[in-house]
Amino acid sequence: MNEKPFAITLNVGSSLANHTGSWRTERPLYVDRLPPCNRACPAGENIQGWLYKAEEGDYEGAWRVIMADNPLPAIMGRVCYHPCQTDCNRAQIDEAVGINAVERFLGDLAIREGWRVTVDAEPTGRRVLIVGAGPSGLAAAYHLRVLGHEVTVRDAEPMPGGMMRYGIPAYRLPRDIMDAEIARIADMGVRFEQNARVEDLEAALADGFDAVFLAVGAHVGRRAYVPAGEAARIVDAVGLLHDVEMAGETHGEPPRLGRRVVVYGGGNTALDAARTVKRLGADEAIIVYRRTRDRMPAHDSEVREAEEEGIRLRWLSTIANFDDGVMRIERMELDETGFPQPTGEFEDLEGDALVLALGQDADLRLVEGVAGIAVEKGVVQVDDGMMTGRAGVFAGGDMVPADRTVTVAIGHGKRAARHIDAYLRATPYVEPPKHELAGFDKLNTWYYADAPHQVRETIEAARRTETFDEVVHGLDEESAQFEARRCMSCGNCFGCDNCFGVCPDNAVIKLGGGKYEFNYDFCKGCGMCVEECPCGSIKMVPEE
Amino acid sequence: MADEQTTLPPDDPVRFYQVGSFAVGNRLQPLDLRTVQAAQDRPNALTCGHRACQGCGEALGARYALDAAVRATDGRLVSVNATGCLEVFSTPFPETSWRIAWLHSLFGNAPAVATGMAAGLRALGKSDVRVVAQGGDGGTVDIGFGCLSGMFERNDDVLYICYDNEAYMNTGVQRSGATPPAARTQTTQAVGPEPGNVFGQGKDVPRIAMAHEIPYVATATVADLHDLEGKVNTAMGIRGARYLHILVPCPLGWGSASKDTIAVARAATQCGLFPVFEARDGEVVASTPIRRLTPVDDYLRMQKRFAHLFAPARRDDVIDRLQAMADRNIRRYGLLEEAAR
Ligand SMILES: Cc1cc2nc3c(=O)[nH]c(=O)nc-3n(C[C@H](O)[C@H](O)[C@H](O)COP(=O)(O)OP(=O)(O)OC[C@H]3O[C@@H](n4cnc5c(N)ncnc54)[C@H](O)[C@@H]3O)c2cc1C
Ligand SMILES: Cc1ncc(C[n+]2csc(CCOP(=O)(O)OP(=O)(O)O)c2C)c(N)n1
Ligand code: SF4
Ligand code: SF4
Ligand code: SF4
Ligand SMILES: [Mg+2]
Repeated sequence: MNEKPFAITLNVGSSLANHTGSWRTERPLYVDRLPPCNRACPAGENIQGWLYKAEEGDYEGAWRVIMADNPLPAIMGRVCYHPCQTDCNRAQIDEAVGINAVERFLGDLAIREGWRVTVDAEPTGRRVLIVGAGPSGLAAAYHLRVLGHEVTVRDAEPMPGGMMRYGIPAYRLPRDIMDAEIARIADMGVRFEQNARVEDLEAALADGFDAVFLAVGAHVGRRAYVPAGEAARIVDAVGLLHDVEMAGETHGEPPRLGRRVVVYGGGNTALDAARTVKRLGADEAIIVYRRTRDRMPAHDSEVREAEEEGIRLRWLSTIANFDDGVMRIERMELDETGFPQPTGEFEDLEGDALVLALGQDADLRLVEGVAGIAVEKGVVQVDDGMMTGRAGVFAGGDMVPADRTVTVAIGHGKRAARHIDAYLRATPYVEPPKHELAGFDKLNTWYYADAPHQVRETIEAARRTETFDEVVHGLDEESAQFEARRCMSCGNCFGCDNCFGVCPDNAVIKLGGGKYEFNYDFCKGCGMCVEECPCGSIKMVPEE
Repeated sequence: MADEQTTLPPDDPVRFYQVGSFAVGNRLQPLDLRTVQAAQDRPNALTCGHRACQGCGEALGARYALDAAVRATDGRLVSVNATGCLEVFSTPFPETSWRIAWLHSLFGNAPAVATGMAAGLRALGKSDVRVVAQGGDGGTVDIGFGCLSGMFERNDDVLYICYDNEAYMNTGVQRSGATPPAARTQTTQAVGPEPGNVFGQGKDVPRIAMAHEIPYVATATVADLHDLEGKVNTAMGIRGARYLHILVPCPLGWGSASKDTIAVARAATQCGLFPVFEARDGEVVASTPIRRLTPVDDYLRMQKRFAHLFAPARRDDVIDRLQAMADRNIRRYGLLEEAAR
């Protein structure tokens, strides 16, 4: 019989019985996209990934994400030219995230807290020789050690670090910081042999190594022909910086170049040389460069810092000769191709010494005559896996064709380590597929709060020139975390709950722990979740 | 499953949560600063399986508002719904998407039914149970207007929510007293020298409500959830007649993309055509400042109902009149004043 109230013929049921998902022609999918910062990092860091942890105050977790790719965060946070920031999407809203400053904060904290990396892999019994203890060699050594190989690093200098120690001045990279990061690698069981220049690669190979990674850098200062009198003092910049460092190590006399020193060149090395000369006591340091400021290869921030320190820069000038404390300077003009052309107009410039900073070449004597290794334009040729033409011999850093930076060198070390590991295991290394780019067009920036960038202070210029103290200071915890939170997490869900909130059909399930799932029984495929996801972590795909 | 909060260091001094208060939630935000919608166990007063169109703003607005009301009253509430899309898509007999006590009145009498409910509850000694009435713009500003005005005048203890999609959508997009000038509807076709709805007609019901000097009148949109929830919460803390007018874009009637429902609502606020404000006892006490001012063009272009203003020829004369309306709102509600909030 009908038990229902008057005029009711059916039991009341929930609309949950009505699966509106059948209306759909497109379905939303959660995806991870590649943040532009990650793509730009030559060391292949997962920047978005570690900023995510830093945002929460999980600094050790953040540091460990960096360490998966780059064993030198405190160094990186000081000397990296941060191409990541150049590409950061936030730059299109206000200012790029201060990735580099946060990295330095994490690197320094790790040193203070004594965080270490343990080797958990089974020993493989394979032995790898690394020639050169610069950033590339150090990175390769670290990654190979993590993978369980036995690693020996042979380096020509008294101390490891390569150009980071014998080139980059201490006011930009304090030695205790570098020592701490290198010691951490040594503590993992990497063997360092210093004052051990490898002269003969074949002999070294015969020494029982299963593979070799060459990372000898480029240390030979290029000379330009400057007609000069007997007494004229001409030195090269890397030689000078090397001598300054050695003097510090041996408590010896630093080189003295006189009151007025002229540096010839327009790269970062020229700036480092000029700033160092001032710190050595010169009253005046003048940089002479053939082109204009905007054509200088040196980075703008370093030019700015040098100017603040009172260093003078002379554009569009070459040095015709140097004698008796006087340099003849010829004024140059840029032709329509931007190349400097002589004008025949001369001028005198007084100077006690001339420092040439015209670039460096690699000293490749150790590979001379080694079968299979090709040298072109002064650098060693390698394949995608950093292997030379000689099986088992890999190379990276300044000695191969690439940009010459610490970060590129570290990236080479990592890449080489992966391929050396594959070579030793006789299995090809398969690179994980790259995600689609999380470009600015994928973001819905409405949701991000407006926030300025936390700028690192520079110590007062006047005081700075007298010391080799570090120029740029680190962020405190509060500003480091603030800076991390400016990251928009491009292409990677950061748990904002927007998709869960904006779905008119309640078709997003919040699983907790930053995870969400679509309920395709009810999703009508409107695409609103995609549109309102701030970071571009959802996309629509056609329904089959 | 319980909702969770990221464990932050004990005295986290950083008060910046990446998305501030714009997003629905944020893993870094303390639970009490997140929206009701961010909660894993939110009420879902309007649940899945309803027959609203893809990207329906009204379905979204109703869940936003009713979930907030459920939270504010601990679930002690009943609701009345005028005829219209919301009622039709949520309750095709014998199914219902409502998970609250819900009654369908008639098209024109929801305010009166709500008045009766409030009186009945009072008589039963259950005035802790609160009444929410809801209806579309047609049901509110046109056919139900007399009942609504009476409810206001008597200051009955009801929160009335109007979901404004600017036309009679359920019966196929006919013009209502809330349809904006120049908009094309079935009954205001884009033909003749003055295509679309005429200028100088229609009713600004939030201001008419204010003229009744009821305790609380507010406007909101589906594009600002924190604001909308805050207003429902405030309203539920007040006794007497309250009116909340929520802009809910309709992809079908407006000819906007279903994915753009929130974007269109946001655009309406950012050009000034839809002012978001709050009034007490007949006086405006707060308005939401425009964050990224845009010309009305940006808003109009998202919708086919205004397509005739841009093709075959751009109708600057008409667009300028709409811009003048936006500018007047900006002046009237101080939408560009930094300290408006
Ligand atoms: C003045 C200056 C400033 C710079 N500043 C920056 C900066 O701020 N940021 C940045 O990213 N880059 C900077 N660079 C560039 C950067 O230092 C190099 O690109 C980077 O150090 C290259 O690393 P690498 O490992 O290839 O070689 P290197 O760092 O040059 O290390 C090579 C090591 O191998 C040793 N070696 C050479 N031959 C042999 C051999 N036969 N046997 C054993 N050992 C050998 C060398 O002594 C050295 O220790 C700067 C360079 C200079 C010169
Ligand atoms: C007295 C009466 N007249 C006409 C109708 C037909 N009708 C049902 S819904 C509706 C339009 C509703 O428009 P609105 O209130 O704006 O709500 P919307 O559907 O747009 O959400 C109409 C005209 C009716 N149900 N009752
Ligand atoms: S906002 Fe964050 S994820 Fe996006 S590019 Fe910048 S640092 Fe990378
Ligand atoms: S908002 Fe909801 S219905 Fe629309 S596509 Fe996303 S999950 Fe599906
Ligand atoms: S909307 Fe928010 S919660 Fe959803 S996928 Fe995007 S970032 Fe994650
Ligand atoms: Mg309507």
